[in-house]
Amino acid sequence: MNSTKEFIKELSEKYGKERKSLMPILQKIVERNSYLSVDAMREVAQILDISAAEVYGTASFFSFLDTQARGKYKIRVCKSITCDMKGKSEILKTIENILKIKVGETSKEGKFSLLETNCLGWCHKGPAMLINDEVYTELTPEKIRNVLSEYIRERK
Amino acid sequence: MTNNNITLTIDGTTVTVEKGTSVLDAAKKVDIKIPTLCHHEDLCVAGNCRVCVVEEIGKKTLTASCATPATEGMNILTSSPKVRRARKDVMALLVSEHNTQCTTCYRNRNCELQTLASEYNVDNNIYLSVLKDSTIDKSSWSIEKDDSKCIRCQRCVRTCAEIQHVNALSVTEKGRDMRVSTFMHFPLNEIVCTNCGQCIIHCPTGALTERRYYDDIWEAIDNPEKHVVINTAPSVRVALGEMLGYEPGKIVTGKMVTALKKIGFDSVLDTDFTADLTIMEEGSELLDRLKRALVDKEQVALPMITSCSPGWVKFIEHMYPEHLEHLSSCKSPQQMFGAVVKTYYAEKKGIDPKNIVCVAGMPCAAKKYEANRPEMRDSGYQDVDAGLTTREIGHMIKQSGLKFEDLEDGEFDSHMGVSTGAGVIFGATGGVMEAALRTAYFIITGRPVPFKNLNILPVRGLESIKEATVKLENCLPEYKFLEGVELKVAIAHGLTNARVIMDQIVDGKSPYHFIEIMACPGGCIGGGGQPIPTTDEVRKKRMDAIYEEDMGKPIRMSHENPNIAQIYKEFLEKPLGEKSHHLLHTKYRKRKRY
Repeated sequence: MNSTKEFIKELSEKYGKERKSLMPILQKIVERNSYLSVDAMREVAQILDISAAEVYGTASFFSFLDTQARGKYKIRVCKSITCDMKGKSEILKTIENILKIKVGETSKEGKFSLLETNCLGWCHKGPAMLINDEVYTELTPEKIRNVLSEYIRERK
Repeated sequence: MTNNNITLTIDGTTVTVEKGTSVLDAAKKVDIKIPTLCHHEDLCVAGNCRVCVVEEIGKKTLTASCATPATEGMNILTSSPKVRRARKDVMALLVSEHNTQCTTCYRNRNCELQTLASEYNVDNNIYLSVLKDSTIDKSSWSIEKDDSKCIRCQRCVRTCAEIQHVNALSVTEKGRDMRVSTFMHFPLNEIVCTNCGQCIIHCPTGALTERRYYDDIWEAIDNPEKHVVINTAPSVRVALGEMLGYEPGKIVTGKMVTALKKIGFDSVLDTDFTADLTIMEEGSELLDRLKRALVDKEQVALPMITSCSPGWVKFIEHMYPEHLEHLSSCKSPQQMFGAVVKTYYAEKKGIDPKNIVCVAGMPCAAKKYEANRPEMRDSGYQDVDAGLTTREIGHMIKQSGLKFEDLEDGEFDSHMGVSTGAGVIFGATGGVMEAALRTAYFIITGRPVPFKNLNILPVRGLESIKEATVKLENCLPEYKFLEGVELKVAIAHGLTNARVIMDQIVDGKSPYHFIEIMACPGGCIGGGGQPIPTTDEVRKKRMDAIYEEDMGKPIRMSHENPNIAQIYKEFLEKPLGEKSHHLLHTKYRKRKRY
């Protein structure tokens, strides 16, 4: 695999070097590296001739444009009002207890990160969460235990 | 009436404005004041604070007057009960997120949020305080950032983007976590920041302030072993009055000198003296570069660009590190002053330089950083110990208990206290250029520059980029190589304009020989250390005062300053000489763009 620097250069050729190319470039980097490193953001700034603060401002606006290295499995629990009212807090507490990490933290062996996210669009089946790109809905503590134990046993 | 006009009614008064005028500006035209916070006339419209809401009859919702263009037949109410309730609510919400320890705030009684909250008598008990924990970023030599006072109006973000094209600050995160911050929330001393302080003078509250050094200065003044010298920049004397009850544009040179002596400074000197010295050195450097290019056919970096503005110097170091050779090697007047105070002045006065505390009274935030540059120690000591802003000097005078308006006019102390009109105009955009042309033309031709009363009007004013051409004719024998040359010069102020000039140089298309660049709009009179508010109206008044002070000076060309002749005779020998080279010139460093 080529370096992130080369990858960003390719992306800038594909999407262009205008300000509007910032979003697709950032998304592709996250798709490839799972997060935006300090160096990657600086590289993007340089290639688009904008400031690093501007890149970070855009990245930090979106939950899915992570600016920190995370675990192999990113658990994102929906924090919107609907999921909250349908029992999100209990879900979070259950995950925290099982994985022994708090929101924003990554487990010691680097396997799981627990995050909150804005609305996933599953309000009708809340509370909802994502593990990487997989969506899990109508969560209960029971269901959480089943799902997580599979990941712990490394289902895939 | 043409189609470009629009007539509307505001609070029962009919007003006609040009198409595209906002409701806010239309109201201003008929002297109706609508309160604002995020709005600043220097900046683009943001419409995020909602303090300027007004009611349009026939519409259900209130609209932000700063962001709403006037339309034909509009009927606006700016102070209906609905408007007042909404406005008060908006202010109460802003206050609920704000650190309301006003008594301990540097911007106390000079804060737009405080003024509005007081005018509208905002009740603290409507909303509970939701102030978040934060620490004050004191990492920079120049700027302090206190998020607990930030109302997220983004004036600083727009300033850094539009006026300076640096974009050091950005809006990060969103919703209740949204804040104005830097790349990765890095401290200010670790990011690309020019320290210009324009964010400070555009901040409505105390969220961005200069790092204050006056307590250290009070300590030094109180220490009998220390000889404390202050030199004040030209633009301080035309703005300091605003801190002390005068209208903008008042010249307070004499009272300022008296106040500083009464405060206890052992010597009060004039930075204009080293401005004159800068002209001697920089003018000679320009002639040297021209000679090397035209006569010796050497590869010389032209155009040459001024290096007086430390915000600009740091900007070019970050943004155009491959083009530093265009910068004049001259230190800024502040740094030249420090270097000669701790050598020449110390010798003359018989004082051990280690006991001299050199203070610079400046219109600038970046000067604080400049004083702390590690290379600025050519006297064997830190050349300038501290830079104070015009605002800090105003505070010191208030703290001293002096009745400023009753003070007699004082005179700067001798040795480096005599200055010329050329030194004074350094304070305004175009001033360094004008001063340089007055002296350079005289040196080249033996005649005064061919403009009425030495006033080179094309280089003056607030236009973003100014140009002038001076034809050199009947040159003295020494300068025959310049015979017939049309000396082309340009002046830019505000770093966004500097970028235009630099991009021309990068493309090899710059038609100029000599360029003046100042980081701040209007030059130093609009500097980041000047009294708040600073608007174009205020800038113009300060600028007029600068040129008035220039006209009132008996000597108006740097090379005629007797103190300058004296320092070259007794100490420096000649411009660009060995001693000058050691004390008055410097090198620049390449810095990271990201």
